[in-house]
Amino acid sequence: MARPRRFPAGLELPPFKSGPMGRPILAAAAPSLATLALDQGNGIAAQPVVVVGDRVRVGSLVARSEGDFGVDVHATVAGTVRSLEVRPVPGAAATSPCLVIENDWTDDREDASTPLDWQATTPADLLARIRSAGIAGLGGAAFATHAKLEAARDAKVSHLVLNGAECEPWICCDDALMRERAADVVLGARVMQRVVDAERVTIAIEDDKPEAITAVEAALAATDHHGLALAVVPAVFPAGAERQLLASVTGIEVPGDAWPPAVGLLCQNVGTAAAVARVVTSGEPLTRRIVTVTGSAIAAPANVEARLGTPIADLIEACGGYRGEPLRLIAGGSMTGRALPSDDAPVTQALNCVVVATAADLAVHGSEMPCIRCGDCASVCPAGLLPQSLLRAVASADAQGLVRLGLADCIECGCCDYVCPSRIPLTARFVAARRERRLRLDQERRAARARERYAGHERRLAAGAEAERREFEEARRRARGDGQS
Amino acid sequence: MTRRFATSGAPHVIAGYSVPRVMYAVLFALLPLVVVQVVLYGPGVLLQLAVAGPVALACEALALALRGRDSRPFLRDGSVLVTAALLAVAIPPLLPWWITGLGTAVAVLLGKHAYGGLGYNPFNPAMVGYAVLLVSFPVAMTRWPLPLDAGGSPWDAYTGATALDALRTGLGQRYTMEEIFRGDAFGSLGGAGAQWTGLAALAGGLYLLARRVVRWHIPAGVLAGIAVPAVVMHALDPGAHASAIFHLFSGATFLCAFFIATDPVSAATSHRGRLIYGAGIGTVTWTIRTWGGYPDGVAFAVLLMNLAAPLIDRYTVPRIHGRE
Repeated sequence: MARPRRFPAGLELPPFKSGPMGRPILAAAAPSLATLALDQGNGIAAQPVVVVGDRVRVGSLVARSEGDFGVDVHATVAGTVRSLEVRPVPGAAATSPCLVIENDWTDDREDASTPLDWQATTPADLLARIRSAGIAGLGGAAFATHAKLEAARDAKVSHLVLNGAECEPWICCDDALMRERAADVVLGARVMQRVVDAERVTIAIEDDKPEAITAVEAALAATDHHGLALAVVPAVFPAGAERQLLASVTGIEVPGDAWPPAVGLLCQNVGTAAAVARVVTSGEPLTRRIVTVTGSAIAAPANVEARLGTPIADLIEACGGYRGEPLRLIAGGSMTGRALPSDDAPVTQALNCVVVATAADLAVHGSEMPCIRCGDCASVCPAGLLPQSLLRAVASADAQGLVRLGLADCIECGCCDYVCPSRIPLTARFVAARRERRLRLDQERRAARARERYAGHERRLAAGAEAERREFEEARRRARGDGQS
Repeated sequence: MTRRFATSGAPHVIAGYSVPRVMYAVLFALLPLVVVQVVLYGPGVLLQLAVAGPVALACEALALALRGRDSRPFLRDGSVLVTAALLAVAIPPLLPWWITGLGTAVAVLLGKHAYGGLGYNPFNPAMVGYAVLLVSFPVAMTRWPLPLDAGGSPWDAYTGATALDALRTGLGQRYTMEEIFRGDAFGSLGGAGAQWTGLAALAGGLYLLARRVVRWHIPAGVLAGIAVPAVVMHALDPGAHASAIFHLFSGATFLCAFFIATDPVSAATSHRGRLIYGAGIGTVTWTIRTWGGYPDGVAFAVLLMNLAAPLIDRYTVPRIHGRE
């Protein structure tokens, strides 16, 4: 086992994972209406290839990805396309265009493509299969998996790290997956290793998941593993944040303005690896994922495997429904999750966890006091920032200071908020400042383009006027000439 | 049926620490010092606290009213009581009440609210008050009652020179170290009286460290900043320089290290910055004690380093993860 190094600081948080981990993964029933999000959160929506009224089967391609970072979308139920509408969804985009498919309960499947002899398939073909299976990162960011693999392949990365740290309170879908389907995780790791031609593969798991560690160890022992290893990392939030995990496992720090392939590394979630494994074993596209359904307002918390597009309300029903007084519906964990406005939002690739919280689970900011510069935030910041100085720079709109102090390096983990005695919503301020900065840069770019266009327009006008004048002179000369003749 | 929920930003859970928790922990940690002062010097310090506390609260309320702010959260946060308490334990127990009140008012109004109140003061408010009193009433401010261990009685009002004072005067009059240290003002560790208040402040400080209200960087810096030059100079010239132990257990060394220099608002920001900041306070304190015009230099050292804090911050931004 590799000895992990620690990234700076972080927090030891109560895990709240025993509820769902006491039960096996439940299979949720298929929904009567599947709402398929076309935008996985990066603003690039796949283009529908079906129209309302079309009949689709499970696994039919219903929307094709646009550009290099798009993700194909497949039907997860058999039935009829009912509508195309913008709906609130979990994940980075608050809303997304969605295809709504009404289940006819036949569960017809696309003619299953045959399982793949992956060791005999070229890496390029494997990559194409992964792309056409519509896999996005299942760790929560839902980044197009094929795009990440392709970049890693081009950059000739040497080390693939599988993220099974799962450090955030409440979330335990990866833990359940590793315990029950460790062989899938290992197979997916080997397929991805083949795609990117990495020398080493490390599966990283937090030390508070002994069953998952044992299961993955056993699965590793069962394969003739080529450079596959297990790393146990300390259970500290946010050990599973990409840059922090890579630093713990490899000792290499990824600069804030670069991504892992630039330094020879690739990080993939263990759930994504299992999805890749399913692509080669079944030949089918991604249609389901495991979601942790938990929180004090859930009667029987569990990890639920559900088809993409299933309303969250159905998952909650599968876990015994609500109990007590549900106050917040959080997509993700309590530290970085996003509060959803209603439970009709669908399961997407980004949805790893649903926390239905009562007042006891929450502690919200409330009365904010001025910063007393105690420095507790800097002591816990896993990116090595000085949040209190950053806050001053935000308040005084000090653009240079924001760059120097690393606004762009903030990973939005929420650790600073957690410890702040003045209860300042630091993360929200930083997120807002980043958005503002992005908007301003965008605006500046657009203004520059408009200026250029205007200058070109003026040039053309001037050139046109010049030509017109010359033509007029020419005509007059000719007319004069005519008169003379 | 669809169920609707209210939304709010992440994170959805915080530890629930608060400014009052920090401030009341500091007040609690001052208790041993207050008790020891009562034992050594009589109940004077209680009177000082009884004057400084209400005056501080009144000034805070007045300033907040003038600034048009809601005063309730700030009166409850305990920060102004910490300022008052620090001043009250730092001044001589028999200081006339109106001087104490004046110093407290200066600390709260000029030291704190003139700059924008909690979180915005560039100088340690208690030390602003202390420094103003020290330059305005130099005699009253250096007249400490004889402590119990120097033959004083808690119910008498005999005053005498403190150890640091006696050392300065003695050296100035060309007495030898041995002759000076035979005087009443000296205890076995440091100054009579001061050695016990120092130990009490150390106890309170360790409590603050254990509760993580205070981090080790500033106290370590202050103590090292006093001890290192003392060790070096004592080794070079023991006839002219007292030992590090004497410096640590005289004057307000431990009070400064754990309670005064650790005011986060006016200190440097990063851990490295705070070590440097603390070391600066310690060294300046030792320098003023050795060559300056005042017997103890804590207040001026703190104010000087408050001035230097932004500069220290400028050069001690920690390395961001992933950067060179």
